[in-house]
Amino acid sequence: MQKFIFSFFVVAITLLNSSWVNAAADLDVNTPAISALKSSMQARHAQLAPHYASGAIGLTKDGLIAVRDATALPLKDRQGINALVAAENSDRSLLYKEIAAGNGHPEWQGEVRNTFAGRWIDKAQSGWYFQQDGGWVKK
Amino acid sequence: MNKILSLLALTLAVSACVTINIYFPAAAAEKAADKIIDEVWQLKDGATVPASKPAETPAK
Repeated sequence: MQKFIFSFFVVAITLLNSSWVNAAADLDVNTPAISALKSSMQARHAQLAPHYASGAIGLTKDGLIAVRDATALPLKDRQGINALVAAENSDRSLLYKEIAAGNGHPEWQGEVRNTFAGRWIDKAQSGWYFQQDGGWVKK
Repeated sequence: MNKILSLLALTLAVSACVTINIYFPAAAAEKAADKIIDEVWQLKDGATVPASKPAETPAK
């Protein structure tokens, strides 16, 4: 009898395991919160793009952006840059949080952030700056 | 004895289960990241805006 119970558990657990593995094959990124963040970031990118190109701002290794060289900014943009960077970073952090939470694993937030950090840099245009262990590097 | 063994096996199996359940789907995350970055940076439609467009023909 015990043998039966035991093998039943083994089979049941094997089945459960495989279904969980399958369930983890894709991440849902179409929640309303994520869509809202995406369009907010998309709109802001028009303002940020020239500053990436001039090297005034760069991509950090933790998936955010930072002011790298304020002297590369035209005078008219110097005052607003900190608020612009802060708004972008707030959206980015929320995005990582929402992706993790939206898929039922809030504890994945850090890994989502790390994944994004690498992908932002991979997809950056040449001439943009990104952060490495030693400091800023021009792509 | 048999009972203890099967309990032990069950505990192991359940913990293995939990381990798999919290495994981070790195490949899926990269795919999701690419999709979002393409949209935010508008890399797919219209591609990148050329920095200096030769609008006028240079004077000779």
